[in-house]
Amino acid sequence: MVDYLAILPEIALLVLAAILLLVDIRLKEEGKDTLNWIALFGLVITFVLTILLAQPGEEEVIWGGMLRHDWMAFVFRLVFIAGAAFTVVFSRGWEAIGDRGEFYGLLVLSTLGMTLMGAAGDLVMLLLAIETASIPLYIMAGFSTKDGKSAEAGFKYLLFGAMTSAVMMYGFSLLFGFGGTTDIYALADAIAAGNVPTLPLMTSIILVLVGFGFKISMFPFHFWSPDVYEGAPTPVTGFLSTASKAAGFAVLVRVMLVAFPSVTVEWQTLLAILSAITMTVGNLVALRQTNIKRMLAYSSIGHAGYILMGVAAASSLGVISVVYYIAAYLLTNLAAFGFVAIYYKQTGSDEIEDYAGFSRRSPGLAFAMLFTFLSLGGIPPLGGFFGKLLVFSAAIQADMVWLAVVGVLNAVIALYYYLTVIKFVYLRRQEGDEVPFPVAKSQSLAIIICVLGVTFLGVIMAPMFELAQKVASSFF
Amino acid sequence: MDFILEPLNLVTFFPLVGVLLLLLLKNEQKKIARWVALVTALVTFGISLWVLSMFDASNPGLQFMIEEDWIQVAGWKIKYALGMDGISILLVLLTTFLTPIAILSTWKAIDEKVRDFQLFFLLLEMGMLGVFLAQDLFLFYVFWEFTLVPMYFLIGIWGGEKRMYAAIKFFLYTMAGSILMLLAILWLGIRQGTFFLPELIAKGGIPADVQFWLFLAFAAAFAIKVPMWPLHSWLPDAHVQAPTAGSVILAGVLLKMGTYGFVRFNLPLFPEAAVQLAPTMALLAVIGILYGAAVSYSQTDVKKLVAYSSVSHLGFVILGIFALNEQGIAGGILQMVNHGISTGALFLLIGFIYERRHTRDFDQFGGLWKVVPVYAVITLIVSLSSMGLPGLNGFVGEFAILLGAWGAGTAGGPLGTPLFAAFAAAGVILAAVYILFMFQKMFLGPITVEENKNIKDLNWRELLVIVPLLVFIFWIGLYPKPFFDLIGPSVSHLVEMLPTAVSTVLH
Repeated sequence: MVDYLAILPEIALLVLAAILLLVDIRLKEEGKDTLNWIALFGLVITFVLTILLAQPGEEEVIWGGMLRHDWMAFVFRLVFIAGAAFTVVFSRGWEAIGDRGEFYGLLVLSTLGMTLMGAAGDLVMLLLAIETASIPLYIMAGFSTKDGKSAEAGFKYLLFGAMTSAVMMYGFSLLFGFGGTTDIYALADAIAAGNVPTLPLMTSIILVLVGFGFKISMFPFHFWSPDVYEGAPTPVTGFLSTASKAAGFAVLVRVMLVAFPSVTVEWQTLLAILSAITMTVGNLVALRQTNIKRMLAYSSIGHAGYILMGVAAASSLGVISVVYYIAAYLLTNLAAFGFVAIYYKQTGSDEIEDYAGFSRRSPGLAFAMLFTFLSLGGIPPLGGFFGKLLVFSAAIQADMVWLAVVGVLNAVIALYYYLTVIKFVYLRRQEGDEVPFPVAKSQSLAIIICVLGVTFLGVIMAPMFELAQKVASSFF
Repeated sequence: MDFILEPLNLVTFFPLVGVLLLLLLKNEQKKIARWVALVTALVTFGISLWVLSMFDASNPGLQFMIEEDWIQVAGWKIKYALGMDGISILLVLLTTFLTPIAILSTWKAIDEKVRDFQLFFLLLEMGMLGVFLAQDLFLFYVFWEFTLVPMYFLIGIWGGEKRMYAAIKFFLYTMAGSILMLLAILWLGIRQGTFFLPELIAKGGIPADVQFWLFLAFAAAFAIKVPMWPLHSWLPDAHVQAPTAGSVILAGVLLKMGTYGFVRFNLPLFPEAAVQLAPTMALLAVIGILYGAAVSYSQTDVKKLVAYSSVSHLGFVILGIFALNEQGIAGGILQMVNHGISTGALFLLIGFIYERRHTRDFDQFGGLWKVVPVYAVITLIVSLSSMGLPGLNGFVGEFAILLGAWGAGTAGGPLGTPLFAAFAAAGVILAAVYILFMFQKMFLGPITVEENKNIKDLNWRELLVIVPLLVFIFWIGLYPKPFFDLIGPSVSHLVEMLPTAVSTVLH
C-alpha cells in the first residue's frame, strides 16, 4: 500500500500549478490579479493540509527509498510553502510578474522541487529535485524582460547554477561508482565498510559541496548572489534568499550527516573553516553597500555562514540550531525583502539613503522594519537572537570556541550595517517625508504575521525548539 | 494572575502598562503622554517601596524569588527567574526613583515626538529593572541587550548635533563587549547544564584556568558598560549628545549595570579568577580614577566634565569591589547609589542651565551666583557631594571603599599593596580640584556675558525635580546606617564565598 498522504503536499502543489496555468488562459487581461489570490489560497491550503494530514508516521522510508517521510522533510516543507506564500503576497501588483500565470506556476513548481529536496533519500531523486527547484528559479530571476538587470540576473544565475550542478553530479557519479548505490542511507554503510577509498571519497565530498555551496551561497561559491539578488524582481529575491537557501541547507544537513558519518571530523573542519570565511566575507562586504538589495544579499551570505556553524557542529544541538535559525531567518528576511519591494513600488528606489524619514511616512511599517532588522542583528528578545544563540552554543559544545568567537565578532559587524538602515529610517529626515505611505492590506497583514512570528520565536521558544528537536532525532 | 501579581513581576513589568497606554495616544497629545509616563513611573516607584517594606534585611539570600521553567528540553535548562537581595535592592530603588525625576525633567525640554520619547523611556526602565532582578543568565542577557535599543533611540532621536554618531557608537561598543559575555554564558550553560544563577554558583567546580577566560569575557561586557579605563571612549560622546533625561539615566543607572554585573556574576561565579585578577582590576580602576580626574580638569564643556568625572568615580566603585572584603564591596554598592544621585543631579542642573542659555561652555558663564542664587546653592551642594565632602553622601561611599582597599592592601590580602588605596586617595583630591574649578568658573567672579544677567532662577517644577535628590544627598551623608543595613548581610554572604578561593590560590 503506497502512502499517498505522505506526498500530499507535493500532489497539492502540482495540482495548484496546473490550476494556475489553466486559469491563466481563461482569464481576461483586467482580471489577472485573481491569479495572485488563487496562488495564495492554494499555498495556504497546502500548508494547512500538510500540517493536518502529512505529519510523519511510522513508515519513514517511502517510494522505495526515494523519499523520506521524516520530521526533517515535514518541517522544511512548511518552510518552503510558507516562503512561497509570502512571496506571492509581495508579488502582488509587481510590474511584469504580478499578473502572470506562468510566474505563479513556476513559483509553485519550484516549491515542489524544494519539498522534494527536503525529503530526498536518494542521489538520483536529489538531483531531480534540485533541478526541479532551480530551473524555475532561473526563469523567475530573469522574469522582468524589459529590465536589463533582471535578464542579466537570470542568465548569470543559470550559468553558475548549471555549472555547479554539473560538478555536483560528477561527485554523485563518483559516489555511485565506488559505493555501488545511490541510496544515501545505504551509501553510509558502503563508506563505513571501506568500499570507497579515501581520495575519491574526499574528492566527491568536495564536489558535492560545490553544488550545495552554490545553493546556500557559501564562500567561494557566493559570487553570483549579490548580482542576482539585485537584478531579480524583489519578491523573487526574497524567495531566493530564504526558501531556496533553506532547501540547500536541508540537503546539506541530510547528506552530510547521513552519508558521511565515518569521516565527520574531516568535513566538519572543512565546513567550520568555510563557515568562518563565508560570514566574514559576507558581513565585511555588506558594510560598504549603498543599495539595500545588495546589502541584504551580502548579509544573507553572512547568515549562511552562521547556519553553517550549526551544520559544522555535526551534533543534535547543531541540527536544532540550523532548523531554528532557518525558521527565524525565513520570517525576518521575507519581511525585509517585503519592505524593499513595497518601498520600491512607491518610490522606485533601492538606495539605503532614500529610506530617510521613512518612520514619518509610515510609522507602522517602520516599526515592523525596526523589529526585522534588530532580529537580523540578533538583538533579544527576537527570533534571530535565539537562533544565533543556538548556533553559537552548538559550536561551543562541539569544542569550536574559535568559530563561536568569529561568529560573535561578525555579529557586531553585522549589527553596524543593520543599524545604518535603521538610522536612515528613524533618525534622518528628507523632503516630503510627511506624505503618508500607502500599503496594500494583504501586504501589511503578511508583514504583521512575520513580525509576530519573529517575536514569538524570541519569547516562547519551546514549541519551535521541540519541533527542531524532532528533526534532529531523525539523525541522532 | 498570581504570577503577574508577584512583587518582582509587578515592579519589572509595570512600566509596560504605561507603554501600552502610550501606544493608544498620538504624538500630538503631549500633555497626556507626559502625565501617563510620570504616573506610571511614580506607581512603579510606589511598588518598589512596597517591596522594600516587605524586604527582610537580615536575610542574605534572594527574596521574593520567582522561578518558572522557560525552556526545559534536551539538556537546556533556561528559567524565568527573578529575585532580589541586598546587592540589588538599592539599585532597583535607585532606578524607580530616578525615572520619574528624569521624566519630570523633560516636561519642557522634550517637545518633539513626546509620546515616543516617554515610551522608550519606560521601556528602558523595564529593561534596567530586569537586569537588576534577573537570576538566570539567559534572562539577564535578554534584559541587558534589550536596554540598548531604547537608549539608542533616546540618544539618536532627541540628542544633540552629533547624535547619530553617538547613538551608533554607544550601541556597537556595548554590544561588542556583551556578545563576548554571551559566549561565556553559553559555555557555562552548556557545560554546567543550567543557566540558573544560584544553581551555577552552588555547582562551582570550574577549573581555575577556564575561570580566568570566563571572567575576562564577562568583564569585557561589564568594563565597557562601567566604563573602565581604557574602554571609556564611548561615554563622553553618548553623554554629551544625549538629552538631559537620557544622561541622568545613563549615568545614574545604566553604568551601574556594569559595576553590578561584577558583583553579581564575576565574584561568585569565578571566585578564584576574581582573586587572581583583583590587582589587575584595581590597577585599571586606579588609572581610571586618576585619568578621569585629569581629563575632567581640561574640559571646557560642563557636560563633558561631568561625563569624564564618571570615569573617575566609577573607578572607585571598581576598586571597592575588587578589594574583595566587606567594607570595599558594601562601599562600592553604596557608591553606585551615591554616584547615581549626585551625577544624576549634576546632569539635571546642567540641563536646566542649558535650557536657558543653550550653551554649556564655561566661557559663556561666570558670576551666576548673583543672578540665580538658589540654583547656585543647589549646584554647590551637589558638587560638594560629588567630590566627597564629609557629611554628604559621596564621602561615606568613598571612605568605605578606601578603607576596604587599604585592608585588602595588607600583606596576604587580595590587592597585596596599599599603593592602590594611596593613589585612589589622591584621586579624591583631584576631584576637589576639577569640581571647584568648574564651580568657580561658572558661579564666581563678575558676570562677563550680557545674556547671563537675565537668567531666571529655578521654578517650582525644577525644584520638585532636584529636591528629592538633595534629601538623599544629606540622608546618606549623615545617617548611612539604614542603607548599609540593607546591603550588609548579602555582601558578607558573598565575601564568605571568597576566602576559600584565597586559600586555594595561596597554597
